[in-house]
Amino acid sequence: MAVRLTKDWITTGEALDRLKGNLGVFQLANAQHEVMFIGFAGGKSQFGLKSEVAAALEKHSDIAAVRFEITTAYHTRYRELLMAHVADHNTLPKYNEQITLGRLSPS
Amino acid sequence: MKLEMTQEQTLITGMVRKFVREEIVPLELNLDPDADELAPADRDRLVEKTREMGLYGLGIPAEYGGPDIDLMTSTLIAIEMSQHRAGLYAPCYGTFGGAGLAQLFEATDEQKEKYLFPTLRGEKRGFFGLSEPSGGSDPARAIQTKAERDGDQWIINGGKLWISGADKADYGLVFARTDKDKGRNGVTCFIVDTDNPGFHVRRVVHTLRSAHYATELQFEDMRIPHSNILGEVNKGFAIASQRLTRQRIPYAAGCLGVAIKAQEMALEYVPQRETFGAPLSSRQAIQWMLVDNEIDIKQATWITLEAAAKADNGESFRKEAAMAKLVATEAGGRVVDRCMQMFGGLGVAKDLPLERWFREMRIRRIGEGPSEVQRHVIARELLGESLR
Repeated sequence: MAVRLTKDWITTGEALDRLKGNLGVFQLANAQHEVMFIGFAGGKSQFGLKSEVAAALEKHSDIAAVRFEITTAYHTRYRELLMAHVADHNTLPKYNEQITLGRLSPS
Repeated sequence: MKLEMTQEQTLITGMVRKFVREEIVPLELNLDPDADELAPADRDRLVEKTREMGLYGLGIPAEYGGPDIDLMTSTLIAIEMSQHRAGLYAPCYGTFGGAGLAQLFEATDEQKEKYLFPTLRGEKRGFFGLSEPSGGSDPARAIQTKAERDGDQWIINGGKLWISGADKADYGLVFARTDKDKGRNGVTCFIVDTDNPGFHVRRVVHTLRSAHYATELQFEDMRIPHSNILGEVNKGFAIASQRLTRQRIPYAAGCLGVAIKAQEMALEYVPQRETFGAPLSSRQAIQWMLVDNEIDIKQATWITLEAAAKADNGESFRKEAAMAKLVATEAGGRVVDRCMQMFGGLGVAKDLPLERWFREMRIRRIGEGPSEVQRHVIARELLGESLR
Protein backbone atom coordinates (compact mmCIF):
# COMPACT_ATOMS: atom_id res chain seq x y z
CA MET A 1 0.00 0.00 0.00
CA ALA A 2 1.35 3.43 -0.94
CA VAL A 3 2.15 5.74 1.95
CA ARG A 4 0.67 8.77 0.21
CA LEU A 5 -2.98 8.86 -0.87
CA THR A 6 -2.97 8.31 -4.63
CA LYS A 7 -6.70 8.17 -5.42
CA ASP A 8 -8.03 10.60 -8.04
CA TRP A 9 -9.37 13.94 -6.88
CA ILE A 10 -13.11 14.40 -7.39
CA THR A 11 -15.26 17.51 -7.03
CA THR A 12 -16.95 18.24 -3.72
CA GLY A 13 -20.37 17.68 -5.25
CA GLU A 14 -19.38 14.31 -6.68
CA ALA A 15 -17.86 13.34 -3.33
CA LEU A 16 -21.01 14.12 -1.39
CA ASP A 17 -22.96 12.13 -3.94
CA ARG A 18 -20.65 9.11 -3.92
CA LEU A 19 -19.60 8.86 -0.28
CA LYS A 20 -21.36 6.40 2.01
CA GLY A 21 -21.20 5.60 5.70
CA ASN A 22 -17.87 3.74 5.56
CA LEU A 23 -14.96 4.23 7.92
CA GLY A 24 -11.92 5.76 6.27
CA VAL A 25 -9.65 8.72 5.64
CA PHE A 26 -9.94 11.70 3.32
CA GLN A 27 -8.10 14.72 2.02
CA LEU A 28 -9.58 18.07 1.03
CA ALA A 29 -7.78 20.30 -1.48
CA ASN A 30 -8.12 23.75 -3.04
CA ALA A 31 -8.51 24.33 -6.76
CA GLN A 32 -4.76 23.81 -7.26
CA HIS A 33 -5.02 20.41 -5.56
CA GLU A 34 -2.96 21.54 -2.59
CA VAL A 35 -3.99 19.46 0.42
CA MET A 36 -5.70 21.76 2.93
CA PHE A 37 -7.09 19.22 5.39
CA ILE A 38 -6.68 15.55 6.25
CA GLY A 39 -9.47 13.89 8.21
CA PHE A 40 -10.94 10.54 9.09
CA ALA A 41 -14.30 8.94 9.70
CA GLY A 42 -13.95 6.82 12.81
CA GLY A 43 -16.10 4.70 15.05
CA LYS A 44 -17.97 7.70 16.41
CA SER A 45 -18.89 9.20 13.02
CA GLN A 46 -22.64 9.26 12.62
CA PHE A 47 -22.61 8.52 8.89
CA GLY A 48 -18.98 7.68 8.31
CA LEU A 49 -17.09 9.41 5.50
CA LYS A 50 -20.28 11.00 4.16
CA SER A 51 -20.97 13.01 7.31
CA GLU A 52 -17.32 13.74 8.15
CA VAL A 53 -16.54 15.12 4.68
CA ALA A 54 -19.80 17.10 4.66
CA ALA A 55 -18.98 18.61 8.06
CA ALA A 56 -15.45 19.54 6.96
CA LEU A 57 -16.73 21.11 3.74
CA GLU A 58 -19.16 23.26 5.72
CA LYS A 59 -16.27 24.67 7.73
CA HIS A 60 -14.01 25.55 4.81
CA SER A 61 -15.29 27.44 1.80
CA ASP A 62 -12.12 27.25 -0.34
CA ILE A 63 -12.24 23.49 -0.88
CA ALA A 64 -12.62 22.34 -4.47
CA ALA A 65 -11.59 18.70 -4.45
CA VAL A 66 -11.86 15.59 -2.32
CA ARG A 67 -10.23 12.18 -2.33
CA PHE A 68 -10.78 9.37 0.11
CA GLU A 69 -9.82 5.84 1.05
CA ILE A 70 -12.16 3.39 2.74
CA THR A 71 -10.32 1.61 5.53
CA THR A 72 -11.03 0.17 8.94
CA ALA A 73 -7.45 1.10 9.90
CA TYR A 74 -8.51 4.76 9.81
CA HIS A 75 -6.65 5.62 13.00
CA THR A 76 -3.18 4.55 11.88
CA ARG A 77 -3.77 5.60 8.25
CA TYR A 78 -4.80 9.10 9.36
CA ARG A 79 -1.58 9.50 11.32
CA GLU A 80 0.48 8.12 8.46
CA LEU A 81 -1.04 10.61 6.00
CA LEU A 82 -0.35 13.50 8.37
CA MET A 83 3.26 12.36 8.88
CA ALA A 84 3.77 11.94 5.13
CA HIS A 85 2.41 15.46 4.57
CA VAL A 86 4.80 16.87 7.15
CA ALA A 87 7.66 14.95 5.51
CA ASP A 88 6.79 16.47 2.11
CA HIS A 89 5.89 20.02 3.19
CA ASN A 90 7.49 20.53 6.60
CA THR A 91 4.13 21.49 8.01
CA LEU A 92 0.65 20.15 8.60
CA PRO A 93 -2.14 20.98 6.14
CA LYS A 94 -3.52 24.49 6.68
CA TYR A 95 -6.73 23.43 8.44
CA ASN A 96 -5.34 20.61 10.60
CA GLU A 97 -4.81 21.35 14.27
CA GLN A 98 -1.39 20.71 15.77
CA ILE A 99 -1.05 17.20 17.22
CA THR A 100 1.89 15.13 18.39
CA LEU A 101 3.15 13.06 15.49
CA GLY A 102 6.02 10.74 14.81
CA ARG A 103 8.58 11.36 12.08
CA LEU A 104 8.28 9.59 8.77
CA SER A 105 10.65 9.75 5.80
CA PRO A 106 8.83 7.84 3.06
CA SER A 107 10.81 6.85 -0.03
CA MET B 1 0.70 -23.76 49.23
CA LYS B 2 -1.25 -20.58 49.84
CA LEU B 3 -2.99 -19.30 46.71
CA GLU B 4 -4.06 -15.87 47.84
CA MET B 5 -2.83 -12.32 47.50
CA THR B 6 -0.99 -10.60 50.33
CA GLN B 7 -2.69 -7.70 52.08
CA GLU B 8 -0.44 -5.28 50.19
CA GLN B 9 -1.26 -6.89 46.84
CA THR B 10 -5.00 -6.72 47.61
CA LEU B 11 -4.66 -3.05 48.49
CA ILE B 12 -2.62 -2.16 45.40
CA THR B 13 -4.77 -4.09 42.91
CA GLY B 14 -7.90 -2.56 44.45
CA MET B 15 -6.41 0.89 44.00
CA VAL B 16 -5.52 0.22 40.35
CA ARG B 17 -8.97 -1.27 39.67
CA LYS B 18 -10.61 1.86 41.07
CA PHE B 19 -8.29 4.05 38.97
CA VAL B 20 -9.20 2.18 35.78
CA ARG B 21 -12.93 2.26 36.45
CA GLU B 22 -13.20 5.82 37.76
CA GLU B 23 -10.54 7.62 35.73
CA ILE B 24 -9.82 5.74 32.50
CA VAL B 25 -13.15 4.20 31.46
CA PRO B 26 -15.15 7.49 31.72
CA LEU B 27 -12.60 9.26 29.48
CA GLU B 28 -12.92 6.51 26.88
CA LEU B 29 -16.61 7.28 26.43
CA ASN B 30 -15.60 10.44 24.56
CA LEU B 31 -12.64 9.03 22.65
CA ASP B 32 -12.65 7.40 19.24
CA PRO B 33 -13.08 3.64 19.78
CA ASP B 34 -9.65 3.05 18.22
CA ALA B 35 -7.88 5.84 20.11
CA ASP B 36 -4.55 5.10 21.77
CA GLU B 37 -3.82 8.45 23.42
CA LEU B 38 -5.45 10.71 25.97
CA ALA B 39 -5.62 14.48 25.60
CA PRO B 40 -2.36 15.88 27.06
CA ALA B 41 -4.17 17.62 29.94
CA ASP B 42 -5.94 14.39 30.94
CA ARG B 43 -2.72 12.43 30.67
CA ASP B 44 -0.78 14.89 32.84
CA ARG B 45 -3.53 14.89 35.45
CA LEU B 46 -3.60 11.10 35.63
CA VAL B 47 0.18 10.79 35.74
CA GLU B 48 0.05 13.00 38.83
CA LYS B 49 -2.46 10.56 40.33
CA THR B 50 -0.34 7.50 39.66
CA ARG B 51 2.63 9.33 41.21
CA GLU B 52 0.50 10.04 44.30
CA MET B 53 -0.43 6.34 44.36
CA GLY B 54 3.30 5.53 44.42
CA LEU B 55 2.94 3.42 41.30
CA TYR B 56 4.49 5.62 38.61
CA GLY B 57 7.39 3.98 36.81
CA LEU B 58 6.32 0.36 37.10
CA GLY B 59 9.19 -1.90 36.14
CA ILE B 60 11.87 0.60 37.12
CA PRO B 61 14.14 -0.87 39.82
CA ALA B 62 13.90 0.86 43.21
CA GLU B 63 17.55 2.01 43.00
CA TYR B 64 16.60 4.03 39.93
CA GLY B 65 13.57 5.62 41.60
CA GLY B 66 10.85 3.14 40.65
CA PRO B 67 8.32 1.60 43.05
CA ASP B 68 9.78 -1.35 44.92
CA ILE B 69 7.44 -3.97 43.49
CA ASP B 70 8.17 -7.60 42.64
CA LEU B 71 7.16 -9.21 39.35
CA MET B 72 4.24 -11.07 40.97
CA THR B 73 2.70 -7.80 42.16
CA SER B 74 3.38 -6.00 38.88
CA THR B 75 1.75 -8.91 37.04
CA LEU B 76 -1.35 -8.55 39.25
CA ILE B 77 -1.30 -4.81 38.51
CA ALA B 78 -0.94 -5.48 34.76
CA ILE B 79 -4.04 -7.69 34.90
CA GLU B 80 -5.99 -4.75 36.33
CA MET B 81 -4.47 -2.11 34.06
CA SER B 82 -5.67 -3.71 30.85
CA GLN B 83 -9.36 -3.83 31.82
CA HIS B 84 -10.54 -1.09 29.49
CA ARG B 85 -11.04 -0.59 25.75
CA ALA B 86 -7.46 0.34 24.85
CA GLY B 87 -6.04 -1.80 27.62
CA LEU B 88 -4.39 -4.51 25.57
CA TYR B 89 -1.85 -2.32 23.78
CA ALA B 90 -2.20 0.97 25.67
CA PRO B 91 -2.87 -0.03 29.29
CA CYS B 92 -4.09 3.08 31.13
CA TYR B 93 -2.72 5.07 28.17
CA GLY B 94 0.77 4.99 29.64
CA THR B 95 -0.15 6.96 32.74
CA PHE B 96 1.79 4.54 34.95
CA GLY B 97 4.99 5.32 33.05
CA GLY B 98 7.33 2.41 32.56
CA ALA B 99 10.86 1.23 32.56
CA GLY B 100 11.39 1.89 28.87
CA LEU B 101 14.11 -0.39 27.60
CA ALA B 102 15.14 -2.52 30.56
CA GLN B 103 18.34 -3.55 28.76
CA LEU B 104 19.74 -0.08 29.48
CA PHE B 105 20.02 -0.91 33.17
CA GLU B 106 23.04 -2.95 32.06
CA ALA B 107 24.50 -0.08 30.01
CA THR B 108 27.79 1.74 30.68
CA ASP B 109 27.66 4.81 32.93
CA GLU B 110 28.07 7.07 29.91
CA GLN B 111 25.22 5.32 28.07
CA LYS B 112 23.03 5.53 31.16
CA GLU B 113 23.61 9.30 31.39
CA LYS B 114 22.76 9.81 27.74
CA TYR B 115 19.86 7.37 27.31
CA LEU B 116 18.60 5.67 30.47
CA PHE B 117 18.24 8.56 32.88
CA PRO B 118 16.52 10.92 30.39
CA THR B 119 14.14 8.03 29.58
CA LEU B 120 13.30 7.48 33.23
CA ARG B 121 12.67 11.23 33.59
CA GLY B 122 10.26 11.03 30.63
CA GLU B 123 12.50 13.22 28.44
CA LYS B 124 13.50 10.59 25.88
CA ARG B 125 11.84 7.61 24.25
CA GLY B 126 13.42 4.48 22.88
CA PHE B 127 12.40 1.61 20.62
CA PHE B 128 13.45 -2.04 20.38
CA GLY B 129 14.59 -2.99 16.88
CA LEU B 130 14.94 -6.73 16.47
CA SER B 131 12.53 -8.17 13.86
CA GLU B 132 13.29 -7.93 10.17
CA PRO B 133 11.33 -8.68 6.99
CA SER B 134 13.19 -12.00 6.93
CA GLY B 135 11.59 -13.05 10.23
CA GLY B 136 11.10 -12.23 13.86
CA SER B 137 10.79 -15.57 15.63
CA ASP B 138 14.30 -16.75 14.87
CA PRO B 139 16.32 -13.55 15.17
CA ALA B 140 19.63 -15.38 15.48
CA ARG B 141 19.32 -16.51 11.88
CA ALA B 142 16.92 -13.94 10.45
CA ILE B 143 18.94 -10.81 11.21
CA GLN B 144 20.37 -9.59 7.93
CA THR B 145 21.03 -5.99 8.93
CA LYS B 146 24.80 -5.70 8.80
CA ALA B 147 27.24 -3.64 10.84
CA GLU B 148 30.80 -3.24 9.60
CA ARG B 149 33.56 -1.68 11.64
CA ASP B 150 35.32 1.42 10.33
CA GLY B 151 37.83 2.67 12.89
CA ASP B 152 35.98 3.92 15.95
CA GLN B 153 32.66 3.66 14.16
CA TRP B 154 30.33 1.02 12.78
CA ILE B 155 28.41 1.40 9.53
CA ILE B 156 24.96 -0.17 9.63
CA ASN B 157 22.93 -1.06 6.55
CA GLY B 158 19.64 -2.93 6.40
CA GLY B 159 16.14 -2.62 7.79
CA LYS B 160 13.69 -3.62 10.47
CA LEU B 161 9.99 -4.43 10.39
CA TRP B 162 7.17 -4.50 12.98
CA ILE B 163 8.93 -1.90 15.14
CA SER B 164 6.67 0.00 17.54
CA GLY B 165 7.37 3.58 18.53
CA ALA B 166 10.36 4.18 16.25
CA ASP B 167 8.75 7.21 14.61
CA LYS B 168 8.45 9.01 17.95
CA ALA B 169 11.65 7.73 19.53
CA ASP B 170 14.85 9.64 20.24
CA TYR B 171 16.94 6.47 20.12
CA GLY B 172 16.57 2.74 19.73
CA LEU B 173 18.29 -0.56 20.32
CA VAL B 174 19.13 -2.01 16.92
CA PHE B 175 20.40 -5.56 16.56
CA ALA B 176 22.76 -6.09 13.64
CA ARG B 177 24.94 -8.90 12.35
CA THR B 178 28.59 -8.30 13.05
CA ASP B 179 29.83 -11.77 12.12
CA LYS B 180 28.03 -13.59 9.34
CA ASP B 181 29.45 -17.00 10.20
CA LYS B 182 28.61 -17.14 13.89
CA GLY B 183 24.80 -17.39 13.97
CA ARG B 184 23.44 -16.21 17.30
CA ASN B 185 27.00 -15.40 18.40
CA GLY B 186 27.42 -12.93 15.57
CA VAL B 187 24.78 -10.36 16.58
CA THR B 188 25.53 -7.05 18.32
CA CYS B 189 23.18 -4.53 19.95
CA PHE B 190 23.73 -0.86 19.01
CA ILE B 191 22.16 2.21 20.60
CA VAL B 192 21.09 4.32 17.63
CA ASP B 193 20.03 7.98 17.68
CA THR B 194 17.03 8.56 15.44
CA ASP B 195 18.36 11.92 14.24
CA ASN B 196 21.20 10.04 12.53
CA PRO B 197 21.06 10.94 8.80
CA GLY B 198 21.14 7.24 7.88
CA PHE B 199 18.04 6.42 9.95
CA HIS B 200 14.69 6.36 8.16
CA VAL B 201 11.14 5.44 9.21
CA ARG B 202 9.75 4.43 5.82
CA ARG B 203 6.12 3.62 6.58
CA VAL B 204 3.46 2.71 9.08
CA VAL B 205 2.54 -0.97 8.92
CA HIS B 206 -1.24 -1.14 9.18
CA THR B 207 -2.54 -4.15 11.06
CA LEU B 208 -5.57 -5.20 13.07
CA ARG B 209 -4.11 -3.23 15.95
CA SER B 210 -5.32 0.29 16.66
CA ALA B 211 -2.75 1.40 19.20
CA HIS B 212 1.02 1.60 18.95
CA TYR B 213 1.22 0.91 15.25
CA ALA B 214 4.28 -0.77 13.86
CA THR B 215 6.74 0.84 11.46
CA GLU B 216 9.26 -0.23 8.85
CA LEU B 217 12.80 1.13 9.24
CA GLN B 218 15.66 1.48 6.81
CA PHE B 219 19.31 2.12 7.66
CA GLU B 220 21.53 3.60 4.96
CA ASP B 221 25.23 3.84 5.83
CA MET B 222 24.23 4.72 9.37
CA ARG B 223 27.45 5.51 11.28
CA ILE B 224 27.37 4.61 14.97
CA PRO B 225 30.24 5.19 17.40
CA HIS B 226 31.79 2.08 18.92
CA SER B 227 30.90 3.49 22.35
CA ASN B 228 27.23 3.01 21.47
CA ILE B 229 27.45 -0.77 21.56
CA LEU B 230 25.29 -2.11 24.37
CA GLY B 231 27.14 -4.95 26.05
CA GLU B 232 29.80 -6.61 23.94
CA VAL B 233 30.40 -7.17 20.25
CA ASN B 234 28.70 -10.41 19.11
CA LYS B 235 26.86 -10.77 22.46
CA GLY B 236 23.67 -8.98 21.42
CA PHE B 237 21.54 -12.07 21.10
CA ALA B 238 21.66 -12.72 24.85
CA ILE B 239 20.32 -9.18 25.41
CA ALA B 240 17.46 -9.82 22.99
CA SER B 241 16.70 -13.25 24.36
CA GLN B 242 16.55 -12.10 27.98
CA ARG B 243 14.10 -9.37 27.06
CA LEU B 244 11.89 -11.74 25.07
CA THR B 245 11.59 -14.18 27.97
CA ARG B 246 10.78 -11.59 30.63
CA GLN B 247 8.35 -9.70 28.39
CA ARG B 248 6.14 -12.78 28.02
CA ILE B 249 4.74 -12.46 31.55
CA PRO B 250 3.25 -8.93 31.36
CA TYR B 251 2.17 -9.78 27.80
CA ALA B 252 0.16 -12.70 29.19
CA ALA B 253 -1.18 -10.54 32.03
CA GLY B 254 -2.62 -7.99 29.59
CA CYS B 255 -4.57 -10.74 27.82
CA LEU B 256 -5.88 -11.99 31.14
CA GLY B 257 -7.16 -8.56 32.15
CA VAL B 258 -9.09 -8.19 28.94
CA ALA B 259 -10.53 -11.73 29.25
CA ILE B 260 -11.62 -11.02 32.83
CA LYS B 261 -13.33 -7.79 31.78
CA ALA B 262 -15.06 -9.43 28.80
CA GLN B 263 -16.35 -12.21 31.03
CA GLU B 264 -17.57 -9.66 33.59
CA MET B 265 -19.49 -7.84 30.83
CA ALA B 266 -21.06 -11.11 29.65
CA LEU B 267 -22.05 -12.09 33.19
CA GLU B 268 -23.86 -8.76 33.58
CA TYR B 269 -25.52 -8.97 30.17
CA VAL B 270 -26.91 -12.47 29.84
CA PRO B 271 -29.35 -12.35 32.79
CA GLN B 272 -30.88 -9.15 31.34
CA ARG B 273 -31.11 -10.11 27.68
CA GLU B 274 -34.24 -12.13 26.86
CA THR B 275 -34.83 -14.43 23.89
CA PHE B 276 -38.02 -16.40 23.28
CA GLY B 277 -39.39 -15.32 26.66
CA ALA B 278 -36.44 -16.28 28.85
CA PRO B 279 -33.13 -14.66 29.78
CA LEU B 280 -30.06 -15.78 27.87
CA SER B 281 -28.55 -16.95 31.15
CA SER B 282 -31.16 -19.73 31.35
CA ARG B 283 -29.84 -21.30 28.12
CA GLN B 284 -27.37 -24.11 28.56
CA ALA B 285 -25.46 -23.03 25.44
CA ILE B 286 -24.76 -19.68 27.11
CA GLN B 287 -23.99 -21.20 30.50
CA TRP B 288 -21.39 -23.47 28.96
CA MET B 289 -19.71 -20.55 27.22
CA LEU B 290 -19.46 -18.77 30.57
CA VAL B 291 -18.11 -21.92 32.22
CA ASP B 292 -15.52 -22.44 29.50
CA ASN B 293 -14.50 -18.78 29.86
CA GLU B 294 -14.07 -19.15 33.60
CA ILE B 295 -11.90 -22.25 33.20
CA ASP B 296 -9.79 -20.58 30.51
CA ILE B 297 -9.25 -17.53 32.72
CA LYS B 298 -8.36 -19.55 35.82
CA GLN B 299 -5.91 -21.82 34.01
CA ALA B 300 -4.15 -18.93 32.33
CA THR B 301 -4.05 -16.91 35.56
CA TRP B 302 -2.32 -19.62 37.57
CA ILE B 303 0.19 -20.41 34.85
CA THR B 304 1.05 -16.71 34.48
CA LEU B 305 1.39 -16.14 38.21
CA GLU B 306 3.56 -19.24 38.57
CA ALA B 307 5.93 -17.84 35.95
CA ALA B 308 6.10 -14.53 37.85
CA ALA B 309 6.70 -16.33 41.15
CA LYS B 310 9.57 -18.35 39.67
CA ALA B 311 11.16 -15.19 38.26
CA ASP B 312 10.85 -13.47 41.65
CA ASN B 313 12.49 -16.48 43.34
CA GLY B 314 15.43 -16.25 40.99
CA GLU B 315 14.61 -19.63 39.42
CA SER B 316 14.70 -20.39 35.71
CA PHE B 317 11.35 -19.34 34.27
CA ARG B 318 11.87 -19.70 30.53
CA LYS B 319 9.46 -22.63 30.23
CA GLU B 320 6.83 -21.08 32.52
CA ALA B 321 7.00 -17.70 30.73
CA ALA B 322 6.50 -19.43 27.37
CA MET B 323 3.57 -21.41 28.80
CA ALA B 324 2.02 -18.22 30.22
CA LYS B 325 2.34 -16.42 26.90
CA LEU B 326 0.94 -19.39 24.97
CA VAL B 327 -1.97 -20.17 27.29
CA ALA B 328 -3.03 -16.59 28.12
CA THR B 329 -3.04 -15.35 24.52
CA GLU B 330 -4.99 -18.36 23.26
CA ALA B 331 -7.39 -18.41 26.23
CA GLY B 332 -7.91 -14.65 25.94
CA GLY B 333 -8.84 -15.04 22.28
CA ARG B 334 -11.35 -17.77 23.04
CA VAL B 335 -12.94 -15.81 25.90
CA VAL B 336 -13.38 -12.63 23.86
CA ASP B 337 -14.76 -14.66 20.95
CA ARG B 338 -17.35 -16.39 23.16
CA CYS B 339 -18.35 -13.07 24.72
CA MET B 340 -18.90 -11.57 21.28
CA GLN B 341 -21.13 -14.52 20.48
CA MET B 342 -23.19 -13.94 23.63
CA PHE B 343 -23.61 -10.25 22.83
CA GLY B 344 -24.68 -11.00 19.24
CA GLY B 345 -24.75 -7.98 16.93
CA LEU B 346 -23.75 -5.63 19.72
CA GLY B 347 -20.61 -7.69 20.22
CA VAL B 348 -19.25 -6.85 16.77
CA ALA B 349 -20.21 -3.15 16.90
CA LYS B 350 -17.79 -0.41 17.92
CA ASP B 351 -20.27 0.56 20.66
CA LEU B 352 -18.59 -2.05 22.88
CA PRO B 353 -14.87 -2.72 23.33
CA LEU B 354 -15.25 -6.39 22.37
CA GLU B 355 -14.59 -5.85 18.65
CA ARG B 356 -11.34 -4.00 19.39
CA TRP B 357 -10.25 -6.69 21.85
CA PHE B 358 -11.13 -9.37 19.30
CA ARG B 359 -8.89 -7.76 16.65
CA GLU B 360 -6.04 -6.96 18.99
CA MET B 361 -6.19 -10.28 20.84
CA ARG B 362 -5.65 -12.08 17.54
CA ILE B 363 -2.30 -10.35 17.21
CA ARG B 364 -1.27 -11.56 20.66
CA ARG B 365 -1.00 -15.14 19.38
CA ILE B 366 1.65 -13.92 16.94
CA GLY B 367 3.42 -10.98 18.61
CA GLU B 368 6.36 -11.58 20.99
CA GLY B 369 6.79 -15.05 19.50
CA PRO B 370 3.84 -16.99 18.04
CA SER B 371 2.19 -19.90 19.84
CA GLU B 372 4.20 -22.40 17.79
CA VAL B 373 7.49 -20.83 18.90
CA GLN B 374 6.35 -20.92 22.54
CA ARG B 375 5.64 -24.66 22.11
CA HIS B 376 9.10 -25.01 20.58
CA VAL B 377 10.66 -23.24 23.59
CA ILE B 378 8.73 -25.46 26.01
CA ALA B 379 9.72 -28.62 24.09
CA ARG B 380 13.39 -27.59 24.22
CA GLU B 381 13.13 -27.02 27.96
CA LEU B 382 11.50 -30.44 28.40
CA LEU B 383 13.83 -32.38 26.13
CA GLY B 384 17.02 -30.49 26.87
CA GLU B 385 20.18 -30.14 24.85
CA SER B 386 19.31 -33.02 22.52
CA LEU B 387 17.01 -30.68 20.58
CA ARG B 388 19.31 -27.67 20.34
